[in-house]
Amino acid sequence: MPRSAHDISEASSLMIDPITLSVIGAGLQQVCDEMDLTFSRAAFSPVIAEANDRSDGIYAADDGSLIAQGAGGLPVFVGTMQFSTRTLIERIASGETAAPEPEDIYIVNDPYMGGTHLMDVRFAKPVYRNGEIFCWLSNTGHWPDIGGSVPGGFSASATAVEQEGLRLPPVKLFKRGQMDREIYAIICSNIRVAEQRIGDVEAQASALRVGEERLGQLLDRYGDDTVRAAIAELRKRAAQQMRARIAEIPDGTYRSQAIVDSDGVVNEPLVINLAVTKKSTVTPGTPQELSGVSTGSVSCSEAQTQDRGCELTFDFAGSSPPCQGPMNSVLATTLSSVYLAMRHIFPDVPMSAGAFEPLNVITPEGTFLDAHYPRPVSGCAAEVSQRIAEAVFAALVQPLPDKVTAAPAGTSGNLGLGGYDPARGRSYVMYQLSGGGYGGNADHDGLSNGCSTIGISKAPPVEIMEQQFPVLYRRYALREGSGGAGQHRGGFGLHYELELRRGEARASFVMDHGRTGPQGALGGEDGAPNEVTVWRDGTPYTPEHLSKEQDIPLKAGDRVEVKTPGGGGYGDPERRDPAAVKEDTRLGYYR
Amino acid sequence: MAAVQQGGFVAGIDVGGTFTDLVLLEPHSRALRLAKVPTTPENQSFGVMAALAAGQADLTALDLIVHGTTTTTNAVLERKLARTGLITTQGFRDVLELGRRTRPAPYGMTGTFRPIIPRDLRLEVPERMDATGTVLTPLDEDALRAALTTLLAAKCESLVIHFLHSYANPAHELRAAEIAREVWPNANVTAGHELLAESREFERGVTAAVNASVQPLLTRYVDRLRGELERGGYTNDLLIVNGNGGMVSSRFVAREAAKTVMSGPASGVMAAAYTGRRAGEPNLITYDMGGTSTDVSLIRDATPAVSSEIEVEYAMPIHLPMVDVRTVGAGGGSIARITDAGLLEVGPESAGAMPGPICYGRGGEEPTISDANLLLGRLNPDTLFSVDNSISMEHVAAIFEAKIGIPLGLDAHEAAAAVIRVANARMAGATRMVSVSLGIDPRDFALFAFGGAGPLHAVAIARELGIPRVLIPGRPGITNALGCVVADLRHDFVRTLNQPVASVDMSVVHTILTDQQREGRALIDKESVETARIDTIRSADMQFVGQTHLLRVPLPDGDFDHDTLQAAFERVYFDRFRVRLPEIRANLVNLNTSVIGVRPEIDLAILIDSDARAATLDEARTGTRRVHFDTGWHETPIYRRDHLPAAAAFTGPAVVEQMDTTIIIEPGDHVSQDRDGNLIVEVAS
Repeated sequence: MPRSAHDISEASSLMIDPITLSVIGAGLQQVCDEMDLTFSRAAFSPVIAEANDRSDGIYAADDGSLIAQGAGGLPVFVGTMQFSTRTLIERIASGETAAPEPEDIYIVNDPYMGGTHLMDVRFAKPVYRNGEIFCWLSNTGHWPDIGGSVPGGFSASATAVEQEGLRLPPVKLFKRGQMDREIYAIICSNIRVAEQRIGDVEAQASALRVGEERLGQLLDRYGDDTVRAAIAELRKRAAQQMRARIAEIPDGTYRSQAIVDSDGVVNEPLVINLAVTKKSTVTPGTPQELSGVSTGSVSCSEAQTQDRGCELTFDFAGSSPPCQGPMNSVLATTLSSVYLAMRHIFPDVPMSAGAFEPLNVITPEGTFLDAHYPRPVSGCAAEVSQRIAEAVFAALVQPLPDKVTAAPAGTSGNLGLGGYDPARGRSYVMYQLSGGGYGGNADHDGLSNGCSTIGISKAPPVEIMEQQFPVLYRRYALREGSGGAGQHRGGFGLHYELELRRGEARASFVMDHGRTGPQGALGGEDGAPNEVTVWRDGTPYTPEHLSKEQDIPLKAGDRVEVKTPGGGGYGDPERRDPAAVKEDTRLGYYR
Repeated sequence: MAAVQQGGFVAGIDVGGTFTDLVLLEPHSRALRLAKVPTTPENQSFGVMAALAAGQADLTALDLIVHGTTTTTNAVLERKLARTGLITTQGFRDVLELGRRTRPAPYGMTGTFRPIIPRDLRLEVPERMDATGTVLTPLDEDALRAALTTLLAAKCESLVIHFLHSYANPAHELRAAEIAREVWPNANVTAGHELLAESREFERGVTAAVNASVQPLLTRYVDRLRGELERGGYTNDLLIVNGNGGMVSSRFVAREAAKTVMSGPASGVMAAAYTGRRAGEPNLITYDMGGTSTDVSLIRDATPAVSSEIEVEYAMPIHLPMVDVRTVGAGGGSIARITDAGLLEVGPESAGAMPGPICYGRGGEEPTISDANLLLGRLNPDTLFSVDNSISMEHVAAIFEAKIGIPLGLDAHEAAAAVIRVANARMAGATRMVSVSLGIDPRDFALFAFGGAGPLHAVAIARELGIPRVLIPGRPGITNALGCVVADLRHDFVRTLNQPVASVDMSVVHTILTDQQREGRALIDKESVETARIDTIRSADMQFVGQTHLLRVPLPDGDFDHDTLQAAFERVYFDRFRVRLPEIRANLVNLNTSVIGVRPEIDLAILIDSDARAATLDEARTGTRRVHFDTGWHETPIYRRDHLPAAAAFTGPAVVEQMDTTIIIEPGDHVSQDRDGNLIVEVAS
């Protein structure tokens, strides 16, 4: 039952009518969307400009909690910047980082300070009103290179973060609006293709400036106090909305497991064990066992004392310990992975710290989901995050069969090819990121060749890849038979085969789901697992770690064949409409 | 070439979702007739003939009929397509089904997608080019013939030939099309490169597949319509409006049928550009609000923004130059509701045409924007509650109170005001996003309001966006049909080069541009339509090396050198991003030429009958009623648009009513009229 205007006014120190609240809420969202747009349109790197591997948001001045985030940001960044912004605020308070001044912009990519992997570089800018910081604007862009042992940063065999690239604590890249050329020079000396970075750096900074200007107009129009009150109220309501959704789940504990093939160094599976517990009520004011609990709200002091209503607790106890290879996740990424999975389930709940309040993630201490320095982490954003999301889906499809799908392919399918093109007399680094089948769901079969759970980008056309790199695709096809059987079957993966035309190259893979296919749900079967075959002199070679290996040498005529996972099936295959079965055969999806 | 007489009758007919509109005019005698009849979705030609009859058009005396049709639009959206087969490069038959690895929305791991050609009708043949156009595998002609036999046996009516890298070397596609045309029983053979010589196999393939799949439908439709017109005595050419805003003879239109998919919205934007140019407002944001959605577009220097990357729906790109019209959400039928966070939201759900808003009396029970306008006195209750409508104002109010008012602690009228305020804020935000994504600040533009509901909201939205002026044309509700009448003949050409500017052979550039221009002129000469002059617009799509987004750079007439090209690009880039990057080289990606046969000028003042105009403003006033604005209720004068004296000017609040729309002027806004009878609203800040 929605609350009346009377209830609302009680909660805010300042009277704010529900209509103004809607309008300010939409206005804050607009500011973020405009930052996203500016960043992408002005960026040089295809990874930002085309793949939208970036995100922009507004964060609270006191604790960095999320106020609003652009709708077009990469899903893996849901909520992440509130952790890096909080760390920045804390370091400024403690004097470890220089105090801000107007027009300053900080840069940071340290994974252990509320980050993801090193390639995700964050900018943060304070927004001043009357000499005080009103809020922070922050954005993240995935830089195409950040140094380290492998171009692009996705080393499958790093064992320490230093091998993964340059690590930046929060420092001011722009001081009172002027770029610090010395810091920039240090960065450029440590990364590849540095000459094009200036365009991306300007794009990233200009997105924040555009955001500040637009936010300033909103504040001028409605008044700082009204907007501040609206932010508080919107946060409360997002929490309320998430609780209302959670209320649909019957009380109980729902368990699931998801498996990462290996860490890339030690060939053993990494296990994620998840228990999601739904509890309806907690007596108001009762002290809770909160040690080790990270709530979505960065400060949980407020949440502790008020009626928490419905909430979900995510417990990863029993998951594998930290690993040697780069498949560790830092806490911020683990939390974001839970949030993005919940957002896939309830896409209409607005993104703000309030929406995360009812989601209690118990810090998975001692597991690979809470990695500390110097554990390597390059796989956390692209792969481990998707296994965490899969675990959330697999747990919650049980009580929410209408809302949650069977497991999607859940890998970014990263193939890197680095080599020298003798015809053009230059070295190159090529990436092929691939999609896979989505899980069947209550209404439909899964989508074929969908983007990764954590991504939203388009795949590059084969014709563009062949223009730029000395490769020839012999096949780029739907992977027949890969969708898991079910009342609604999984979608199909991709089956591609590419041949090196000239020179020599080295192929590296960071993929997943090679050991087991994406899980079926409610009686549906698993989708087909990922398969990588490297054909050298006509002889097939399967990487030892199935989905991860680094620097496989190739020469002209050698081929790489990849079959990406199909989605999990949903429901008992016996209940599939016989006409649909016939149609699948007629179209050659199954033979 | 049939000469068209000066002073002849021209009919513009636009088929919309609900109504088919006719504008019939004789520019020299200043005769004008308008008609609005129901659209006949099963066969739009019935509605077209009915509109001509309703407009008492004498087909034997008509010199030109220009037609905007949604035949192909509906066919694509409803997937009622001709049975079409695809022959493609070995290893690539699933390109049309795999798409670009996307999902419909960033969040939610669900969605469905039906490829435009089903898998069993997509066949492969051995052949292969590389990216430079070098043949790696020759075309296997036996395999091709076998595939043709298979597709014909499967009763395909249309055929697409789509080979990898055909934009670089079309030899295999040309040869395959030649062989196909020997055996194919009709003209419905589309080779991918003929329509679009650009790389990106999914987009080029879908564009070709859409073209082939709608070609037979469009051919049948225009043939039937032309037949009926001829039986009625019409002897001249029937022209069809294309998505690029130009028009093309119905005899040639099917060859590039995919270009008609966005025909409807394009003609409205063309009318806006035409009206704006005459009104001295060459820079416009168009705001076309209808029953279910609102379309926004941008006009700069009287030229509509054009995009070659239109997506008709999820994963359905048509990469042909078309007027860039963005749908931004709410329409009059959009439903208001309270979310479970207790916030008021308007749209995206719509009551559509059936049941429609509550006030239509067709069983609608959800509060909509139209109902809110009615409750607030912004719409005339007498017009809406006709005799056969069993709905009362009290009934509408009761629903608003129950569904919106009580949860928010508001009465029915406050609830309606809240719906309008939230809807306006959202539409303004969406409009702003469109302008920003096109690189402009909306405050530098005027707002052009049309569509049945556009003028109800335009002034409020302009205020929200800081837009200083709103222009409301003489006949906002029939703007698309007017667009048919004023449309020019137009042919667009694109050629991909994709080379660094420094290494481009400028003689090749000039040869391409000259060839494009010559081909355009030849096509216009074939069309038997009077033109005042022929314009050529040349542009280049450019980027910095390493970038993926393109910027369109206008090219000067005549010859130009490398430095001119580089400088032109840097200027456009700086205007857009406020960044200079002298250290980075530029790429020349595409060369574009549009050849436009400009039609003789039409005096738009005839849209409003000067004889009907009253002598004084008071005489144009039909009365007053209580109307709610942001500042509360005002006893507000109501004017009849066509009775307004030509020189009348007044200050809001005011409501101006006309057959096809209602115009809301808010308190303090000043209204004047120009020589064409457009209302110019100066928005008070």
